[in-house]
Amino acid sequence: MRIELQNFTKRFGDTTVIEDMSLSVASGEMIALLGPSGCGKSTTLFAISGIHRIDGGTLHFGDRDVTRLPPQDRPVGVVFQNYALYPHMSVAENIGFPLRVQKLKPAEIKSRVGEMAELVQIGNLLKRKPQQLSGGQQQRVALARALVRKPDVLLLDEPLANLDAKLRLEMRSEIRRLQRETGITAILVTHDQIEAMSMCDRIALMKDGRIEQISTPAEMYERPASRYVAGFLGNPPISFVNADANGRLAFGDNALPLPSGIAAQGPVVIGLRPEHFGPQHQGPCVSGQVSFIEPQGREDLIDVTLPDGQRLRAIVPAGHDVALGQTVNWQVDLSRIHLFDAEGARL
Amino acid sequence: MTTSLKGNWLLILALSLISAPLVIMYGFQLIDSVSRPAPGGIIPQEWELTNWRFLWERIDSARPSIWRVTLNTFVFASATALLVCAFSITAAYALSRLNFPARRFFLAGLIMLHAFPTITLIIAIFIVLQFLGLYDSLIGVILVKAALELPFGIWIMKGFYDSVPWEIEMAGVQDGASRFRVWRELILPQVKPGLSALLIFSFLAGWSEFILPLVLAPGADAQVLATYMNAVIADDTRPDYGLFKAIGMFYALPVIAVYLLFQKRLMNIYGGGTKG
Repeated sequence: MRIELQNFTKRFGDTTVIEDMSLSVASGEMIALLGPSGCGKSTTLFAISGIHRIDGGTLHFGDRDVTRLPPQDRPVGVVFQNYALYPHMSVAENIGFPLRVQKLKPAEIKSRVGEMAELVQIGNLLKRKPQQLSGGQQQRVALARALVRKPDVLLLDEPLANLDAKLRLEMRSEIRRLQRETGITAILVTHDQIEAMSMCDRIALMKDGRIEQISTPAEMYERPASRYVAGFLGNPPISFVNADANGRLAFGDNALPLPSGIAAQGPVVIGLRPEHFGPQHQGPCVSGQVSFIEPQGREDLIDVTLPDGQRLRAIVPAGHDVALGQTVNWQVDLSRIHLFDAEGARL
Repeated sequence: MTTSLKGNWLLILALSLISAPLVIMYGFQLIDSVSRPAPGGIIPQEWELTNWRFLWERIDSARPSIWRVTLNTFVFASATALLVCAFSITAAYALSRLNFPARRFFLAGLIMLHAFPTITLIIAIFIVLQFLGLYDSLIGVILVKAALELPFGIWIMKGFYDSVPWEIEMAGVQDGASRFRVWRELILPQVKPGLSALLIFSFLAGWSEFILPLVLAPGADAQVLATYMNAVIADDTRPDYGLFKAIGMFYALPVIAVYLLFQKRLMNIYGGGTKG
C-alpha cells in the first residue's frame, strides 16, 4: 500500500514541530525516518498511525484519504519502543486482541494467532505472560500483534532501542525478513544510522522537522546532500576540514587539487571519510602528525593532526608500523571527497 | 540476615516500647470485656460473658438491636466504598489521561479538598441535606461520606493510572479498540492493586466514621456502631464500662480482621502505584 503524506504540519500548542513536510513511500517499501531525538520523526510516525492529529496537509493510503480517520479505523500496525504488551494477558491473548476487537470467531482467532506466532517463531511461548519473556521474544510478540490483523502499513518506533547489542543484530534481520515475507509497506523510526542503512530500502534523514535528504542508503552515503547528512552517516564519522578554494583546496600547509567538475571559490568544507584516507590509497598526499591510534583488530583508527590544527581520521589495515607522534604523508582518494559550501550545502 | 540480628533486636525493642501503650490498651479492652475487675483495680477477679449480652438481648428497650446497627454500619461502609471506587476509577482516569478544559483547576481543587478540614463544612452539609430531604437518613450520610472521601480516592487512583505506560493505551487504540474498551480491558487491570486497596481503605473509613452520622443522622433508624456506642455511654446515668468495652471490641474486630487479611494490598497504596 502506497503512503502519500503531503504538506504535513504538526503543532503542539504554539510550537510547530513539523511544517509542510511531504513524504511518499512506495508499496512494499521499507523506509527509515532517521534523525536525532526531537527532530520530529516519531511525531511523523504517530501522525501516520493516527495517534497524533494532523494539523495541516493530507495523508493517503493508496487512493484512500485517511487524514481524518481515527487510529482505530486505519489499516496500520504499530510496534512501540517498549513493545507495549498487555501485561495481564498471555502471549496468545496479546496477539489475539486485535482480532477479538474485530469480533472474529474464537476458532479463527486461534488459528490466526498460531499462524502469526509461527511466522515470528514464538509458537512455543503462547501461554506465557510478557514478564516471562526475554526482550527479543517480547519484540516478536509485539511484531505478531501488529501484523495479525493484516494491516496495510507497519510502523516501527525505535523497535531495537531496548535490546542488547547481540539481539539487536538478530532482530534487525528478523524484522527485515518479516517485512519482505509479508510484503508490507513499513516505516521505521530510528536514531541509529546503522539500523536505518541495514534495514531499509530508503532513508529519510530528518532535521528540525524537515526532511534533509531522502534516498537509498548507498546514495545517501556516497552523495550526501549536505554537511549534516554526511556527518550523520558513517561510523567512524567523516572528518571535516575547512579549506580555501582558489583553483585548488588549500588548508594549512596542505593543498588538494579541486576535483574535476567542481567550481568553487572562497571558504569551503572538505568532507573526507576515514576509509578514503591512508597509506593504502592512490592520490594526492596530505601530511600531518599521528595524534591518536585506536586499534580495532582488523584495522586501526588513526587520527592525523594537520599542521593547522585540524584533524583527519584514517582507517588503516592492521599490521602497519605507524607510531604515535610520527609525521605521515598519506594519500587521499580524491574522487571520494565531498565538498560543501560555508552553509553546508553540497557543491 | 545474621549480621543484622543485633540491629534487628534493637529495632524490635524500640518498636515494642513505642507500641506497648497501644497493645496494653487493646489487651485490657479484651480482658475487661470478659471479666470483672475489683472496683478501682485492674486485675480481673472473675471471668464472665455478661458484658457481651448485647449480642443476644436488647440492653435497653429504647435502643435498636445491635444487629440492626451493625447492618447499618456495614451498608454505610460498603456503599461508601463502592461509590468512592466507582467515581475514583473514572474521574482519576480522566484526570490522568484526558486533556479537557480546566484540568489543572480540577487537579489543584483535588489537592485542596484532600487537605480540607471537612468538619468546617458540616453546617452547610446539614442545610443541604435538610433541603434535599435526606437529613437523618442513611443515604444522606453515605452520599456525604463518599463525597468527602473522593478527593483522596481520585488522587490515589490517578497515581496508579499515571504509572501505566501511555504506549499500552496507544497500542490498544491502534489494535482497533475504542477508548472505553481500552480503559476497561487494558488499563483497568493494571490499576487493580490500587483499586482493591482503595476499596478496603474507604470501607474502613466508612466503618469508623463517627461525626457525620452523629450530626447528620442522629435518629435510631440510621444509627451506626460509632453513634450507637456514643449513645450507650452518653445516655446512662450509671455508665457500664464493661459493656462499653465489649461493644468497642465488637466494633473493632472487623477492622482488625481486614487489616490482618489485606495488609499487603493496603501497603500498595503507599507505594504510589508501583508494581507490588
